Amino acid sequence: MREETLQPVSSDVDIVSARQKGRELAAKAGFSEGDQTVIAAAISEIARNILMYAKRGEVSVTLANSEDRIGVIVVARDQGPGISDVARALQDGYSTSGGLGLGLPGARRLMDEFEIHSAPGQGTTVTMKKWRRSA
Amino acid sequence: MEVPILKQGHFLIASIQSALTDADLSQLREALVLRVGKLRARGVIVDVTALDVMDSFAVRTLRDIAHMTRLRGAETVIVGIQPEVAFAMVQLGLTLKGVATALDLEEGLAFLDRFTKERFERA
Repeated sequence: MREETLQPVSSDVDIVSARQKGRELAAKAGFSEGDQTVIAAAISEIARNILMYAKRGEVSVTLANSEDRIGVIVVARDQGPGISDVARALQDGYSTSGGLGLGLPGARRLMDEFEIHSAPGQGTTVTMKKWRRSA
Repeated sequence: MEVPILKQGHFLIASIQSALTDADLSQLREALVLRVGKLRARGVIVDVTALDVMDSFAVRTLRDIAHMTRLRGAETVIVGIQPEVAFAMVQLGLTLKGVATALDLEEGLAFLDRFTKERFERA
């Protein structure tokens, strides 16, 4: 099983599309409704970050089979200004946009694995994974 | 998509029908703050039963609606937060502190009835 969806993000409608596509794929992978919602919420936060800080970018969601487990891999990429202090951006309540500052740290709490690569002028790539609880 | 706002007695009921964009949510906030005055409403119910996810922007906007309408003299209650949505909200760190919530429309109306009775009939 390998499937992928790609959603360009350049307006608020794309945030809704990105999280809906992610939810559909998570449903296909057999995630519970609770986990589908968790994945959709995490996608919504990182897609909004793209729009807010980089204006445009993309979110891909891929089904992943790894030996004994099934999951989804979400990758959000942009060529925006990048983040100068990644550690700080991952702190609850820290925001340079007047938002709640819960986007990145919240998404990290929602997912099982979370990685962020960013540097000023280099854009930002966030990779998040969620694994299905084995039955 | 614009959220329909109905008037029932002294209350406004905004019943969200489908997924909303950030712009839709902001539009709902402006509409409710205006209509509380125009229709002299004492209470507002925002029914979010149809929302399958609430992220930080949605929660912030709902909180703003509650605080802004309160400044205009009307109490807001959010009804219909689904169990999975509540679970994800708490993990995200989103709380709706200081905002009334109720299980569903019926409970929301009962809450507003009690609340406004106390406030307006004692005076």
